[in-house]
Amino acid sequence: MTGRADGATLRRVGAHLSAIRRFLEARGVLEVQPPCLGPPTMEPALASLAVPGAAADGGPLYLQTSPESAMKAMLAAGSGDIYYLGPAWRGGEQGRWHAVEFTLLEWYRTGLDHHQLMDEVAALLAQVVGERPVERLSYAEAFRAHAGIDPLAAGDAEIAAALRAAGIDLQGAAPGRDEALDLLLSHTVGPALGRGTITCLHGFPASQAALARLDDADPRTARRFECFLDGLEIANGYHELTDAAAQRARFEAEREQRRAAGQPVHDPDERLLAALAAGVPDCAGVAVGVDRLVAVAEGAESLAEVRI
Amino acid sequence: MATYSTNEFKAGLKVMLDGDPYTIVENEFVKPGKGQGFSRVKLRNLKNNRVVEKTFKSGESVEGADVMEKDLQYLYNDGEFWYFMDPTSFEQKAAPESAVAEAANWIKEQDLCNVILWNDEPLQVEAPDFVDLQVVETDPGVRGDTSSGGTKPAKLETGASVRVPLFIEEGEVLRINTRKGEYAGRANK
Repeated sequence: MTGRADGATLRRVGAHLSAIRRFLEARGVLEVQPPCLGPPTMEPALASLAVPGAAADGGPLYLQTSPESAMKAMLAAGSGDIYYLGPAWRGGEQGRWHAVEFTLLEWYRTGLDHHQLMDEVAALLAQVVGERPVERLSYAEAFRAHAGIDPLAAGDAEIAAALRAAGIDLQGAAPGRDEALDLLLSHTVGPALGRGTITCLHGFPASQAALARLDDADPRTARRFECFLDGLEIANGYHELTDAAAQRARFEAEREQRRAAGQPVHDPDERLLAALAAGVPDCAGVAVGVDRLVAVAEGAESLAEVRI
Repeated sequence: MATYSTNEFKAGLKVMLDGDPYTIVENEFVKPGKGQGFSRVKLRNLKNNRVVEKTFKSGESVEGADVMEKDLQYLYNDGEFWYFMDPTSFEQKAAPESAVAEAANWIKEQDLCNVILWNDEPLQVEAPDFVDLQVVETDPGVRGDTSSGGTKPAKLETGASVRVPLFIEEGEVLRINTRKGEYAGRANK
């Protein structure tokens, strides 16, 4: 991406970065520099970029799609509360609101759950974009309001009807259930969230738990949340899964998904599994797309306006 | 024909969809952070100009449409087909009335027209932005009246009618803006 931010914009963006650091340091969260090169991501919908020859044996290492696995190794080593503010890379993601290289803020709070962390994220977002009402909405409530279905209970026919009603005409093979929900989230539900508010969406379906633990109160859902501003997804957080065996099983399922989708299949991320086995403390963590956040603060129409 | 992956989608790319050629008007990449990425695409059907919105999974491919634009010289029509010639190869093409459409109001023999070809056959004919056409029928001119702002209909040599100022006489050659279908002045002699 070629950005076109002018000097005044770059100075305001820089001031936001400093203020974000002050916000976290005031809460006793320490900045760390996890290695940007490491194992490839396991996530089915992400592509890692390879750096040939970067490994000790002459093989490739991969640019981080997120510092999650390295930071969990730090947590297991006893780092306490930590944050990272710097670049991350996701292959093939290019558009008005996506860039292959982007600025990620990720932090972990030991002893907090996802609801407590949501409060902290909302406070940070308000610091950057100005005070707005904070709205907390479950994934199910949001889909009922903006897509007219209960995403946890609806059958395939009902979901297909909701896609048609939203004018979404997917080419090629019919979407699977999570794919259909992603279509509705990205085309219809998400764009309606965070309009004049800071909207925290929580209670994602268990099938989309990623690295979050499932919710004992409703095991159909995971303790995962996202925050939206002006229809844009700004943050994604978890009450972290810390059970190594459960994580290994999820990796296996994700490898299966990647295989089925014809994506490159990598070995499980042993660094993360080792960290979990060694003992990651009970914690909540969140990743924030900083370029999008400052774009909202600037009233920009694309990431290119706040980057060079 | 080449195929194009969603990451090559951009405005102006010509692709096949359900057997018809389309041009991409707008492409937006959307993706929930942890979910599947999609391309939301607006496309214009090159046969009927209708714009549709479709969604593609990231990484899917579509077949390219063999569509190109050429400047061809209009020769004549036989009531069914309109005949054009490539001025460099002298190759002739017959365009059906549906491809000529609006342009029929404005073009006359020798005019160079932008023609969109699909599989080497004319799909759309565009008249030049401005054409010079003679008035063949209009009420007598009101001499000297260049300021009243009144208009009257005038029939042009192609058969089309436009509104012209009151002072225009039969036999005059006018400059016509074909995009707006409007009189733009007297033609430069």
